Amino acid sequence: MSARSFYEQGGFETVIGLEVHCQLATASKLFCGCSAAFGADPNDHTCPVCLAMPGVLPVLNRRAVEYAIRAALATGCTINTTSRWARKNYFYPDLPKAYQITQYEQPYCEHGRVAFDLDGTQHTVRLTRIHMEEDAGKSVHDAHASWSLVDLNRAGVPLLEIVSEPDIRSGPEAAAYMRKMRSLVRYLGISDGNMNEGSMRCDANVSLRKRGDTKLGIRAELKNLNSFRSVERAIAYEIERQAEILLDGGTVVQETRLWDADRGVTRSMRSKEEAHDYRYFPEPDLLPLVIDDAWIERVRSELPELPDARRERFISAYGLSDYDSGVLTASKELADWFEAAVAAHDNPKALANWITSDVLRIANDAEGEADYSKLPFGPASLAALVRLIDDGTISGKIAKTVFSKMVETGDDPAVIVEREGLVQVTDEGAIAAIVDRIVAANGDKAAEYKSGKDKLFGFFVGQVMKESHGKANPALVNRLLKERLDG
Amino acid sequence: MSSIDQLSQLSIEEASRRLAAREVSSRELTQACLARIAATDSQVGSFLELTPELALQQADDADRRRAKTNAGASDATALTGVPIALKDIFLTKGVRTTCASKILENFTPTFDATVVARLRQAGAVLLGKVNMDEFAMGSSCENSSMKLTRNPWKLDRVPGGSSGGSATCIAARQALGSFGTDTGGSIRLPASFCGVTGLKPTYGRVSRYGVIAFASSLDQVGPMATTTRGAALLLQTVAGKDPLDSTSIDAPVPDYASIIGGHPDVRGLRIGIPREYFVEGLDADVEVAVRGAIRKYEELGATVVDVTLPHTEYAVATYYIVATAEASSNLGRYDGVRYGRRRGEEQGLREMYGETRDQGFGAEVKRRIMLGTYVLSAGYYDAYYSKAMRVRTLIRRDFDAAFAQCDVIVTPTAPATAFGIGSRTDDPLKMYLSDILTISVNLAGLPGMSIPCGLDRDGMPIGLQLIGKPLDEPTLLRTAAAYEDACQWQRKRAELRP
Repeated sequence: MSARSFYEQGGFETVIGLEVHCQLATASKLFCGCSAAFGADPNDHTCPVCLAMPGVLPVLNRRAVEYAIRAALATGCTINTTSRWARKNYFYPDLPKAYQITQYEQPYCEHGRVAFDLDGTQHTVRLTRIHMEEDAGKSVHDAHASWSLVDLNRAGVPLLEIVSEPDIRSGPEAAAYMRKMRSLVRYLGISDGNMNEGSMRCDANVSLRKRGDTKLGIRAELKNLNSFRSVERAIAYEIERQAEILLDGGTVVQETRLWDADRGVTRSMRSKEEAHDYRYFPEPDLLPLVIDDAWIERVRSELPELPDARRERFISAYGLSDYDSGVLTASKELADWFEAAVAAHDNPKALANWITSDVLRIANDAEGEADYSKLPFGPASLAALVRLIDDGTISGKIAKTVFSKMVETGDDPAVIVEREGLVQVTDEGAIAAIVDRIVAANGDKAAEYKSGKDKLFGFFVGQVMKESHGKANPALVNRLLKERLDG
Repeated sequence: MSSIDQLSQLSIEEASRRLAAREVSSRELTQACLARIAATDSQVGSFLELTPELALQQADDADRRRAKTNAGASDATALTGVPIALKDIFLTKGVRTTCASKILENFTPTFDATVVARLRQAGAVLLGKVNMDEFAMGSSCENSSMKLTRNPWKLDRVPGGSSGGSATCIAARQALGSFGTDTGGSIRLPASFCGVTGLKPTYGRVSRYGVIAFASSLDQVGPMATTTRGAALLLQTVAGKDPLDSTSIDAPVPDYASIIGGHPDVRGLRIGIPREYFVEGLDADVEVAVRGAIRKYEELGATVVDVTLPHTEYAVATYYIVATAEASSNLGRYDGVRYGRRRGEEQGLREMYGETRDQGFGAEVKRRIMLGTYVLSAGYYDAYYSKAMRVRTLIRRDFDAAFAQCDVIVTPTAPATAFGIGSRTDDPLKMYLSDILTISVNLAGLPGMSIPCGLDRDGMPIGLQLIGKPLDEPTLLRTAAAYEDACQWQRKRAELRP
């Protein structure tokens, strides 16, 4: 029996815990006034503090703490009134102080949970803790033949590390959890959540155990998972690798493994024995962080609407289905897009249908990712299109044609309708003339219809619509045909 | 003695008075100090970097500022025009700052430490940078990688450390005042050995921003001068909250000089004498001098109370765990990547780290980095660092209990006077014990002072240590000044002949 089939038959249970690193979108770094923005020239965003010149000291960015409090509130974490900063010591050229300021024994919050849907099933993952820390810089090894280069723009940018309990059971679940996490941080306005720019990163602890066992198996920590697809693929690979080892009677080695997306494999990076001894100890340059109730309440009162609440509101206020609300609120950008369209034309159900079927189809890329700001038209244009249907200017069928043109050109639907001559014909005389012509030209079919072949009515409708190039008002066509054939 | 020599012997308060009265110019004072340095520094070796042109420029600026003040238009401070020296641990913009280490031998800072910025703003004249033990690790100044500094009272004795140059430049009357740092006694011990006044303020009273870190939870900046009133004026200028140092205390800075006043009074003051500080191994002459000082306080109307600090015996061990742990982390940044000395780069990253740090750090610095790395290691943290932090709390509580019974604690600063150069360099443990009477003060974060209180049989100065409650520098200064006024030991000078 292959490892995979044994696994699929339920021999093993996969146990996954994720550590998500999320860059906070503050204007400045965590412990100095340098810009925390992405994309500047190397080492432009540096100062004596983040360069770790001798004698410099960190000063906490209170805004980063507010962002962190938002994350704690949105995930139901318990916020610790007092938490401590710690130093994590290791040598690397992109770590200027040779230690990272982080939180270790006393994080600022603990014991939260994140709920998400996957294929119609609700999942809940518990959070062990969230803590704040500063990012390291970036080493560039392939830009120069004999030198490595160091860019310290990122050094000191604030991060949240969100640590989950080992509650995740599959790669797709892990990816769904990550998507929910990204949706949350974007809703909260605390991070752009871009995995490709590294503002959201993830390490996965993966282990297998016999189904029914309560003890955790030996885990491997997977690093370099820089897309949702990588998360899924790396975990799938790792499950297969560990299952094969276990089925052969072997034991999994506790180690850190690097995901190689090009080759689709994980490779051993360092074993437990080679693991760093980070020599954590309390950071003496910073006072303990005190987050009192007044601060928490102020942040809570300023908290934006979160995805689950928005989903409920879409159902109650717009009469949408649970499914459509879920799809529309999964991303803040999409939900905003929808509400902007509704604000321009009050037909939420029709707009929701257009968005979930037609707009999403063109918005999503191969990875299933969407950037709504890059659509060829905005929500007002979609609203204008639905308004043209609702006021009878075009038929629903013509609207599909107009939509295609909007995707191609980005033009306003009214302009397209005008240019392409797609306005619906509602002139009763004109339609009656076509009806007469069609009935006259198909005397035999008209006779059959009259003798009881009701199905032929559709044939006549089709012919009239064809003759009118799809522009005849369908209701009028129906009525006039009925009058002419039944009369 | 020439008159120019006499100018460099002025106390800060006297120089400040004469500057304000326009009886002397800052240029004259500065020239007097530069002349004295030229005449004596080949013997003493205080200065690592002398900046005479800059100093004279600052002196002229100060004189102009004083002139405007006389015209009723400006803002001169007590320190405007007063020439002082800085331990080479303070970052000085554009002036090489080495921390007496080869690893920073070519390091020129791009900004000033907060202390330096405040001194410049006040109009003090900065003569240059003075010697120290490398990264402030040492008790004799012999761990400098730059040069040997000698005790002006006897040139074959050490000046004490780590702020050795800060003490010798005062004792040799090369500067009117100086700043040092004190992590375990690094201001008070050299002050004691060199017969000058040294003050370690409450932890957090003075900003550490731009002060090269040794042990962050213990390091504190403080002044040295010939007199208590001089030290008070120096402290006044630099003390107070600094937004760049989160551990600096946000409490108002009292007017120290006016609190001391013309006739400081100690009547009714309760002076605590901890029995643990008068133990076996205390030099007989030191004990006699300190007991004499205590009697003098009684004569002046103070009450003497016996107090106990029972955890004193654990202080040295606790200190060498906490201080080395923090140091091992603080010194990680000297990796040759961004500034300072770099070696072995052609051989790869590990080799670059290894060569840079092996050649850049001296033996004592390496010893402490290794010790600190060890006590923080997985499996040892609880036994060492964590336990040391708990003992630290006990030591602090000892002082809290003692201060329930007294206002100020008086002890010897050191068990003995300055020892011979080279006499303890082979025995680190013996060297560490020089700080046995000063270390607890740092662990508890309290203010402490050393003032001269006599000479031993060889004519070497003896220091009296005063310890105060948190932020109670006023009582400390008042108590010190009362003794000084009564006994005048500060007038005794090293017989240093050019």
